[in-house]
Amino acid sequence: MNRQISYAEALCEAQRQTLDADDQVIVIGLGVPDPKGIFNSTSGLQEEFGPDRVMDMPLSENAMTGVVIGAAMTGLRPVMTHQRVDFAMTAMEQIINQAAKWHYMFNGQHKVPIVVRMVVGRGWGQGPQHSQSLQSLFAHIPGLKVIMPTSAHDAKGMLISAIEDDNPVISLEHRWLYGIKDFVPEEPFRVPLGKARVMREGTDVTIVSLSYMTLEALSAAETLETRGVNAEVVDLRSLRPLDEQTILDSIKKTGRLIVADTTNKMYGASAEIAALATEKAFSSLRGAPVRIGSPEHPAPTSPALADQYYPRAPHIAAAVLEMLELPVDGLRFDPPEGRRLDQPNASFTGPF
Amino acid sequence: MALSPETRIQLFQMQAAIRTAEEAIVRHYHEQEMRCPVHLCIGQEAVSAGACAAVLRSDYAISHHRSHGHYLGKGGNLNAMMAEIYGKATGCSGGKGGSMHLIDLDAGFLGAAPIVGSTIPIGLGAAFSAHLKKEDRVTLVFLGDGAMESGVVHESFNFAVLKKLPVVFVCENNLYSVNSPMHVRQSHVRRLVDIATGHGLPAADGDGNDAEAVYRLTKDATDRARRGDGPSFLEFSTYRWREHCGQNFDHPAGFRDEQEVVSWMERDPISIHRHALIDEKIAHPDELDRIYAAQEALAASAIEFAINSPFPDPNTAADHIYA
Repeated sequence: MNRQISYAEALCEAQRQTLDADDQVIVIGLGVPDPKGIFNSTSGLQEEFGPDRVMDMPLSENAMTGVVIGAAMTGLRPVMTHQRVDFAMTAMEQIINQAAKWHYMFNGQHKVPIVVRMVVGRGWGQGPQHSQSLQSLFAHIPGLKVIMPTSAHDAKGMLISAIEDDNPVISLEHRWLYGIKDFVPEEPFRVPLGKARVMREGTDVTIVSLSYMTLEALSAAETLETRGVNAEVVDLRSLRPLDEQTILDSIKKTGRLIVADTTNKMYGASAEIAALATEKAFSSLRGAPVRIGSPEHPAPTSPALADQYYPRAPHIAAAVLEMLELPVDGLRFDPPEGRRLDQPNASFTGPF
Repeated sequence: MALSPETRIQLFQMQAAIRTAEEAIVRHYHEQEMRCPVHLCIGQEAVSAGACAAVLRSDYAISHHRSHGHYLGKGGNLNAMMAEIYGKATGCSGGKGGSMHLIDLDAGFLGAAPIVGSTIPIGLGAAFSAHLKKEDRVTLVFLGDGAMESGVVHESFNFAVLKKLPVVFVCENNLYSVNSPMHVRQSHVRRLVDIATGHGLPAADGDGNDAEAVYRLTKDATDRARRGDGPSFLEFSTYRWREHCGQNFDHPAGFRDEQEVVSWMERDPISIHRHALIDEKIAHPDELDRIYAAQEALAASAIEFAINSPFPDPNTAADHIYA
């Protein structure tokens, strides 16, 4: 019960255990069996299950997405992996027009049980086309399920649920979470899709956060605690289905909402959650919801340009303090002397 | 390979079934009760009939926007097709899909979707699945000359060859993509079969207005696939008589050259086949007329079935978003 493993190891264990439990599960993706094993999230699987169940693939994201859709319709349960979500953009036709629609448009006669894992990049000069966090593109589409597990525990439990789900599930996995450890049970277990998780209970403000931003939100909550502000942090975990109840219950308790997304704000998940609050909890709100997100421009490459691109814990804390009309002074926004902000911590060095 | 008289007559019957079903759509479409786009394959029936006759019911087929012939050829239920076009609850997709989303899983017809090129890798995925599960099952992937301009074709051919998958790509070259002719879309020095062979995909071409030629080439290709020798590509030259989408002829409006249309209509696949059967004394003209008339009656009856069927309950519009 006290075992700690990393997010990457948890993803790998989820796949190993589902491959073991169900002969119909296959794992496919460019680089899946290579020595890096998708940042260690598929390491050893081909050796254990063989090349017919765990395989590399041509650099043909569009056709290969169609292939896994066709394979899923005829009985397999493919898990497909892209090393960056940006690469999956060439497969949007298959994901949106086909995977999301075949169950509906044939009136339930087909099922498309695929999981498409996509890694969200950040930092170390990955720039405009290796750093996008495109969850809202997918979450807009009925027929898809979209998840963003934050902890290693949820990475395992939600990936097992996703593989066992009869629908297409898009899993967005933030690269900066891969090395972070958590308590993860060894036996297979399931975390339901479509359920948010209250990570920290509080009474003064609700911070709804996604993926890596949940870690920033928890850090902000600690800072706020020292100033007498008791923040509740809700890790969204699933964008579609959306756990409206957990979000609304929290807002009804605190009366204040901050949403911290891993990307820019316009038309994004933060807009959806702010709209949910105003439509369904308006009378509970004591002020306008506030969104935290990156600026409305692509992620730049140079560290000089990128260091201030991503909002962090102090930005979240400042937004809460402003909302409560408390003094913001004393928060540190600049990086410590000699340190860049393009890596999650000092031990985590590029390239990645 | 000599075809048995029974097979030859079946090929005639299937072409008649497709032609009469679509002629029935032509007669009723103006009534505005079939409220969805229809892409008719009148003039191209020989490919559907010939290719589908060469496979088993347990084999798979998948198609695109112009799928009526492939659906019926594979054994899809005629009444369910008409009802689907009429948007009825008895339709093969319960009214959710329309003419562009036909399906009959009992007949191995996996489905159809109108984004050109997109069903090619999905069909390939069905073949991949059969391959991994070591099933004795071949997949026919229907495509047209337009799809040969899409990138996904190359991606799919590569994967089919790489994994030696049991799939036959059946390409109907009807010379037009919507209204755009081949010469504005593809270099004249680029042959479709060469695209396939460039990927190491065995390829052959044939007369798409000759159902027996289509049958023979498809049978060879499916035999190869069943032996474990991998995929094939077949190109069949043919021609759609009517407009891209809808029931009318388009040459009076200047979309195509009248002489071109007339010359292809003179090569009507059903007339050619009928004359061959009569000339070779395989069938008496009266017998063929009876077969054709019986199909006409079935088509009329399917229209009646569709008209008399109930619409789906509006409260079911949100059903089946998720499994």
